[in-house]
Amino acid sequence: MLKVENLEVYYGVIAAVRGISFEVKEGEIISLIGSNGAGKTSTLQALLNSVKRKGKVIFGGFDTKNHKTHTLVQKGLSLVPEGRRVFINLTVEENLRMGAFNNDENYEHLKDEMYKLFPRIKEKRYQLAGTMSGGEQQMLAIARALMGEPKLLMLDEPSLGLAPKIVGEVFETIIKLKEEGITILLVEQNAFAALNISDYAYVLENGNIAMSGKAKEMVGNDEIRRKYLGG
Amino acid sequence: MDFSTFMQQMVNGISLGSMYALIAIGYTMVYGVLRLINFAHGDIMMVGAFVAYLANSAGVPFEISVVIAILAAMLTGILTDKIAYKPLRDAPKISLLITAIGISFFLENLFNVLFGGVPRAFAAPEYLTKILHLGSIVIPVTVIIVPVVTGLLLGITLLILNKTKYGMAIRSLAFDIPTVKLMGINADFIIMLVFAMGSALAAIGGIFYAISYPSIDPLMGILVGLKAFAAAVVGGIGSVTGAVLGGFILGFTEIVVVAFMPELGGYKDAFAFVFLILVLLFRPTGIMGQDLERSRF
Repeated sequence: MLKVENLEVYYGVIAAVRGISFEVKEGEIISLIGSNGAGKTSTLQALLNSVKRKGKVIFGGFDTKNHKTHTLVQKGLSLVPEGRRVFINLTVEENLRMGAFNNDENYEHLKDEMYKLFPRIKEKRYQLAGTMSGGEQQMLAIARALMGEPKLLMLDEPSLGLAPKIVGEVFETIIKLKEEGITILLVEQNAFAALNISDYAYVLENGNIAMSGKAKEMVGNDEIRRKYLGG
Repeated sequence: MDFSTFMQQMVNGISLGSMYALIAIGYTMVYGVLRLINFAHGDIMMVGAFVAYLANSAGVPFEISVVIAILAAMLTGILTDKIAYKPLRDAPKISLLITAIGISFFLENLFNVLFGGVPRAFAAPEYLTKILHLGSIVIPVTVIIVPVVTGLLLGITLLILNKTKYGMAIRSLAFDIPTVKLMGINADFIIMLVFAMGSALAAIGGIFYAISYPSIDPLMGILVGLKAFAAAVVGGIGSVTGAVLGGFILGFTEIVVVAFMPELGGYKDAFAFVFLILVLLFRPTGIMGQDLERSRF
């Protein structure tokens, strides 16, 4: 579904991503894990051409070179950004409408689906999104991205700043989405939780892929445990 | 002052306020999405009034001239954005501001060179220049038409902003441009809509102004533009309702102060700026403005 070859991102002379290659297969959950500043967020932004990048990115057989961010989103490559970034000055329902900006015909139907999937969002649908808790905002950010019916959903640090119980809910949601057939590219600092739900994982370090493998095997890997899982 | 003079001044104030309001909406909307005080906006109003005049003088019926003028102003606004502002999206805001002032000078001088600086009489059809006598009150019919049309246009603007997906996108853009793009929305197209809407309203305001003070010249946009800008700030820049409120407050003050204190008549153009200074001193966010970093419509 997504094939990345030699992806490079530079901010001036500083390299954030130094020529990484990876692949996301349809129907799987793939995670990119690594510490702060490893290049995870830059990678996601580069996939959407939000930052200047070099290398080859093929999404669903389509070369994304020279395409604008909004065109790639329309083609089904969607990102739930770090820090959720819901439109705090819009109501919850208006946020969902924005997610379905190019999906008028399915808006009503998808909205009901989202309210089923996230009942707590439904309770607050006429409130300004800025009045919701962090966990609710994260659910809304995911629901908003789903309103565009993405083929590949990229999540940037969905657990950031959330209470452990809510983190659990977010990850359960991600598993549910996988079961519904959505391919997921997950970026996380919370490596343990990410590996637990992923099929395959890549470890980023200083803009390079330091390691990769099946997620189940990585959880058991001593080096990974020591370096990223805090034990 | 007797009652009829008072009423007379009230309707005059409402009428002048409406014109400032129409123009102020454009300032506030562009500021909302780009954080730019579009100093060329007053000149776009001039373009509107001028094109209406030129078309009408060339024999085009007045109503159609107005439509042509609105379209010409929209085109000017859109082109200004595409040519001058768009390449500077990621540049420091001060570069945008300087560019806006440059565009303002460019438009003023372009029209000066093409059509000369001599003020021209603006002819409007009879039904717009009629004068009504209601008892002892003498009311030019424009004074009634202008506020009605303004109210209607304001209603449409608010409807677009609050009820359509394009309006929602405009409001989102005011808060977070990168995330709007993540919704698969072409942010540049939405910004273009903002310029088109603001310019159309400015053109209508300009035509009203030309009918009420029946003369136009290439520099007419400077003072009216600055006052409308002051109105937008007084009302709370970024807020459409605030801009309208600010427009009415300034229009009223200008008319009423002169009516009550005719000896201050010579200073009437200064009141808008006195207001501006007072607001900036005591309530920098303006009447409806809440948080300059997160302005709302």
